Amino acid sequence: MTRPDPSPTTVFAPWDDPDEPPLIRFDNVTKRFGDFTAISGLTLDIYAREFFALLGPSGCGKTTLMRMLAGFETPSEGVISLGGQDIGPVPPNKRPVNMMFQSYALFPHLSVADNIAFGLKRSGNMTRQQISARVDEMLELVQLGKFGKRKPHQISGGQRQRVALARALAKAPKLLLLDEPLAALDKKLRAETQFELMDIQEKLGTTFVIVTHDQEEAMTVASRVAVMDHGRLVQVATPERIYEFPNSRYVADFIGEVNLLDGAVLRKTKAGLTISWAEGQPPIAAQGPEDLQKGANCTFAIRPEKITISSDKPEGCANALSGRVLDIGYLGNISTYHVELANGQVIKAQMANNRRLSRRAFSWDDEVWLSFTDSAGVVLTA
Amino acid sequence: MSRRFSWFNATSLTLGFVFLYLPITILVIYSFNSSKLVTVWAGFSTKWYGVLFRDQAYLDAAVITLKVALVSSTLATILGTMAAWVLVRAGRFRGRTLFSGMIYAPLVVPDVITGLSLLLLFIALGLNRGIGTIILAHATFSMCYVSVVVSSRLVSFDQSLEEAALDLGCSPFDAFRSVTLPIIAPAVVSGWLLSFTLSLDDLVISTFASGPSATTLPMKIYSQVRLGLNPEINALSTILISLVTIGVIASSLISKRASVRRQRQEQQALAQS
Amino acid sequence: MNLRRLALIAVPYGWLLLLFLVPFGIVLKISLSDQALAIPPYTPTFDLAGGWAGIKSFFTGLDLENFTYLTTDNLYWKAYLSSVWIATLSTLLTLLAGYPIAYAMARARPEWRPTLMMLVILPFWTSFLIRIYAWIGILGQTGYLNQLLLWSGLISKPLVILNTPVAVYIGIIYAYLPFMVLPIYATLEKLDSDLLEAAEDLGCSRFSAFWLVTFPLSRPGVIAGCFLVFIPVVGEFVIPSLLGGSRTLMIGKVLWDEFFSNRDWPTASAVAVVLLLILIVPIILFQRHQQRQQELDA
Ligand SMILES: Nc1ncnc2c1ncn2[C@@H]1O[C@H](COP(=O)(O)OP(=O)(O)OP(=O)(O)O)[C@@H](O)[C@H]1O
Ligand SMILES: [Mg+2]
Repeated sequence: MTRPDPSPTTVFAPWDDPDEPPLIRFDNVTKRFGDFTAISGLTLDIYAREFFALLGPSGCGKTTLMRMLAGFETPSEGVISLGGQDIGPVPPNKRPVNMMFQSYALFPHLSVADNIAFGLKRSGNMTRQQISARVDEMLELVQLGKFGKRKPHQISGGQRQRVALARALAKAPKLLLLDEPLAALDKKLRAETQFELMDIQEKLGTTFVIVTHDQEEAMTVASRVAVMDHGRLVQVATPERIYEFPNSRYVADFIGEVNLLDGAVLRKTKAGLTISWAEGQPPIAAQGPEDLQKGANCTFAIRPEKITISSDKPEGCANALSGRVLDIGYLGNISTYHVELANGQVIKAQMANNRRLSRRAFSWDDEVWLSFTDSAGVVLTA
Repeated sequence: MSRRFSWFNATSLTLGFVFLYLPITILVIYSFNSSKLVTVWAGFSTKWYGVLFRDQAYLDAAVITLKVALVSSTLATILGTMAAWVLVRAGRFRGRTLFSGMIYAPLVVPDVITGLSLLLLFIALGLNRGIGTIILAHATFSMCYVSVVVSSRLVSFDQSLEEAALDLGCSPFDAFRSVTLPIIAPAVVSGWLLSFTLSLDDLVISTFASGPSATTLPMKIYSQVRLGLNPEINALSTILISLVTIGVIASSLISKRASVRRQRQEQQALAQS
Repeated sequence: MNLRRLALIAVPYGWLLLLFLVPFGIVLKISLSDQALAIPPYTPTFDLAGGWAGIKSFFTGLDLENFTYLTTDNLYWKAYLSSVWIATLSTLLTLLAGYPIAYAMARARPEWRPTLMMLVILPFWTSFLIRIYAWIGILGQTGYLNQLLLWSGLISKPLVILNTPVAVYIGIIYAYLPFMVLPIYATLEKLDSDLLEAAEDLGCSRFSAFWLVTFPLSRPGVIAGCFLVFIPVVGEFVIPSLLGGSRTLMIGKVLWDEFFSNRDWPTASAVAVVLLLILIVPIILFQRHQQRQQELDA
């Protein structure tokens, strides 16, 4: 934990450094409940000072993963180590790991200050003064200085959530686990709290592992994101890479909106691939993996905002498709256009609304052209 | 709260239920003892049941007890439901605090005091003590239990349903009969059952309230039991315990089946929509 | 509508006035009356025909003689003290026996809980008298317990349990256990298991998590259970009368004997009034506690 601050010029990317020891290592971990496998053969490294997000659909095993880290579940197979040591035999109350519960789990019979002091009193090596000083410090950190004497039911939902955070942070754990910490908050408060969390994480340098359902949240706060499915990791990468270069249909579809076009490699040249994908539609020119053979099945994935809409056929663009506007979804700052091609395929394209609505360029049933460059999308084989 | 069920938990539950059920079980087993000495096993026999059934005093007491229980619990249910309505729905009126006090007080006042005070009332009024006064006494304390049970149901039920019925043209009485009553019916029924059991069970208040002409079953049992163990009482206890057990299990099965059926119907409705 | 409302209020109200409140008035009045032999009328009588003079003579006729009598005879205050003592001790014992049961029920699998609950309630539906009677056979000189202990060789002479306070404690615990278990179970069942995990996460052992989280949070149930046992036990009659023998003094039994054996109605009434006064404090405390809990839940 005594790693020097990364200087602002070097990017924080310990996962690219082969000499960097991970803080947490999951080594081929499997967890079964009876004959149901919640986590299967999972291997993962998480580094100190990371803000690591677990993302995945309900029931994919995110909470189970966290509970194994906190010590409430033991792996059926495999080893979890923290700072190089197997933590399997360590009970939850002896782990340098604290968890912020999804339900907050604030003790209703204790005041806010006593809730925060709860863990400190257990450690047994702090004097009363030290404890109360630490409690005050934590209350300041989460901006609840005046609320120490209140009981949990006398404060608001957002404040409760911050108490839970302060309580989990008070013992300065090596690792803080946050299980859907913001699920109960409204959108605005959630956004504020996300930035607050990042702020606190930066200030304290604690490693955070956060579970969330909300992909936007994961993209905002995380240094890396792990996308899970049915107890397996599908992709672990930085938010940008997950968004721009998903490694599978599953990830592309799970994170953000995407158009998925199934096809096969028609030609392969130095400059890239050509994919034939539908009868009567021009093949798509794209950049793709080297190892893809001619004739192989693949999927072309492209985000709606990477597609430009125009009324005339654009010149010199790698790909251009023509279609008819089926539907327009107005989202305030942007609009999503659903464009139906001649073969019936519907493609989503997004455009910023930098003009007033009444002066919008396209309307329902307009014939339009969709265009995108050959590097706008990715070619997926899984 | 659902976590690992430890050895300690298993032991406490086992010991607890042994403690609760062993005495009753022994009682039932020894009711089939042929010996007159209750605690000395001398072989299986049902003779004490025969003796019991030929004992006119027990039969008379049983008849009186049943009569008292049926009439008093019905009376208590009517009065208690009215009282519950008054507590929850009648709004403010003068003397409401006293009223709710009088509803809750009998639940905590010792039986000996209730019994004594009722007896003194009956004497002051010059009533002939007997089955009638026992019924009055039982109806009085049972109605308080009924009103507590029914009012908790009334509180949790949405008043706008009643208002909707009024809005649709019901008279207040119709609204009560066609909307409120069906919804609180389960509470009314359990109130009746509770009154019935309390009445069957009561010794102290009945003793005060009755005259020489009426002896209820608990009074008869008490007068026997005070003298010590008695094989007839064992037989009688076994019969009463069996009746209660059958009743409780049957009613819980019925209510369980009803809730299962309701769930299934809801699922079907969901599937069809 | 209003007439109907009036009638709806009047019927139960009148009933309770006549059959609950007025009788208490009579008890109070008789407790203040002179001791007359055995049968009514007890002086003074309230004579409306006598007009003002009648009312005056009615009030001057009242005195605290019976209450002073209670203080002079050892029997009464000893009986009060011993009732309160027995009730206190047996409440604590019931708590000790009931808490682990409630705790185990709350930790049992959810699909088992309704059955366990029914098993706890079921004895409540069977006759109280019979359940107490069952213990006579167990605790007596030649009872099943002594038979078992003699047979196993643990004792060589039968223990004397029946007709002692010990038998009364056993009877009380047995009869009132459900009243302790159910409210505690209700609070424990609501307890969020996340709280216990949070406590462990913050460094508690299982044991200290119990004392720092589970127990404090189950306090409302513990308090309710204690009141539900204590209040009726103070005035209990059947248990001391069947299991306690002549050596166990409890006020409910004294009242009964005073009334049915000595036929001393004024003294019996005075005993009742004092018993009620003793109980009024816990009853009010209990009422307050329940109200506060309701407000907290809402
Ligand atoms: N104690 C348990 N016993 C049996 N099955 C369990 C247990 N805990 C979790 N599971 C199962 O393991 C799977 C993963 O559960 P987990 O709680 O980790 O999901 P999750 O990803 O956190 O989902 P959510 O987003 O809904 O919180 C689920 O199918 C769940 O039913
Ligand atoms: Mg979860």
